[in-house]
Amino acid sequence: MVIKLKGENLNIWFGLIHALKDVNVEIYKNEILSIIGPANSGKTTFLRMLNRLNELQPNFFMKGKVELDGIDINTIEVESLRRKVGMVFALPTPLPFSIFDNVAYGLKIYGIRNRKKLEEIVESSLKKAYLWEEVKDRLNISAFKLSGGQQQRLCIARTLAIEPEIILFDEPCSGLDPISTAKVEEAMIKLKENYTIVLVTNNVKQASRVGDRTAFFLNGELIEIDKTPKIFTAPKDKRTEDYIRGKFG
Amino acid sequence: MKNPKRIEKIVFSFLFLSTCLIVVPVGFIVLIVVIKGLPAINWQFLTDVPREGMRAGGIFPAIIGTIYLVIGAILFALPVGIFAAIYLSEYSKDNFLTRIIKLAIVNLAGVPSVVYGLFGFSLFVIFFKFGASILSGSLTLGIMILPIIITASREALESVPYSFREVSWSLGASKWQTIRSVVLPNAISGIITGSILGIGRAAGETAPILFTVAAFYLPQLPRSIFDQAMALPYHLYVISTQVPNVEEKIRYGTALILLMLVLCMNLIAIIIRYRLRKRKTW
Repeated sequence: MVIKLKGENLNIWFGLIHALKDVNVEIYKNEILSIIGPANSGKTTFLRMLNRLNELQPNFFMKGKVELDGIDINTIEVESLRRKVGMVFALPTPLPFSIFDNVAYGLKIYGIRNRKKLEEIVESSLKKAYLWEEVKDRLNISAFKLSGGQQQRLCIARTLAIEPEIILFDEPCSGLDPISTAKVEEAMIKLKENYTIVLVTNNVKQASRVGDRTAFFLNGELIEIDKTPKIFTAPKDKRTEDYIRGKFG
Repeated sequence: MKNPKRIEKIVFSFLFLSTCLIVVPVGFIVLIVVIKGLPAINWQFLTDVPREGMRAGGIFPAIIGTIYLVIGAILFALPVGIFAAIYLSEYSKDNFLTRIIKLAIVNLAGVPSVVYGLFGFSLFVIFFKFGASILSGSLTLGIMILPIIITASREALESVPYSFREVSWSLGASKWQTIRSVVLPNAISGIITGSILGIGRAAGETAPILFTVAAFYLPQLPRSIFDQAMALPYHLYVISTQVPNVEEKIRYGTALILLMLVLCMNLIAIIIRYRLRKRKTW
């Protein structure tokens, strides 16, 4: 298995809050790594560290090293890092543009102006996110006119359009109904063929459905990381077992 | 005996009356100025220079002077104000310097307008040797409305949801690309509205132009930005207090034109805001 991302001795503080404590982790190419844990366990902080989105918070301080394909991510220009490490946020976050312009946004930023090329990428991205059939006749309407589930798939398409290598999902289904959730999960499993996926989720069942491996975070510490079936049938740590069984969190 | 319904009624009437009280002075001002000023308004009044020691003729140079001053103030204050607002709300970190700057802006807004006049006089007229000129007056007015523009622009920028920025960054956009393509298009209506309201205030101010540009009587149009000019507010002051035997309708006619100018600008601001808001989808 090829190591795509590697984190060593990761510590993050926001002011006096120690949000991530001595985390060591390897993420393999073309896997879905699910991250579970109660609120404030450092899951999202971990995720946002991978595309350096934490840096914009005031009082952010970090120690440790994250390597992408063996290269320290702090040495990569932050804009190009974020093109390689795309992100889908917890709530659907369409930009106040049309459906087409939402998907094309990252490309336009990158300087692609050729209409034909844009149309091609928008179509293929929407297809990969299983949204094309539902919106192909109305690409010019505002993205806010779509339902929540459609908006979230639009956000996935928008991330796919910049052709990242890794996609970070931050609780992508927390605001969605079961049918939309199933569609997003279907898209994720399909995407794994070409991308590496890190999925933060509050839904333990979702982790068991889509994750190849699952990591359990608690109070900023990585308690356990292993193959998903193993975590769910024979966790090593008592706290992992308690969380999965719903005893706390 | 407490009767909640009766108290409710009393409170309601009290609040309602207070609100109505706001409308009364506005209504009266407009009404009086229109009734007394309207007879003076005709083509000659709008297009002729003042004649017979400002007791006859028109107010054309004052109208033009005020328009020049407003344009000058916009040219100076709008870019500076918007850029400063973008810096403060998008780039600046919360440190000592930023806090000093923000405090300065708040205080700038509280400086009496006559102090601005003196400041403009000593800085632009004397120190920079611009003399009493449209340039000095415009700059003075511009500085006076800077805090209004900065505050309005910052509010408009900060009302754009933070998530829009995060999404844009996460797609590989730089800070400036994000501001240009996501933040500004969504803040522009607020920025424009706030700025026009500020500019409307500049158009009606007397004190800042008193020492920096306003001519007592100048029956020709200014030819360059280094010329003095007449301006409506100062002209109104002059014919109301300095020149004896000016017909009432000329005074109120001048007031009416000034009022219309300012109300027009406010109206434009409201229309722009309305149209841009309709486009807003979130």
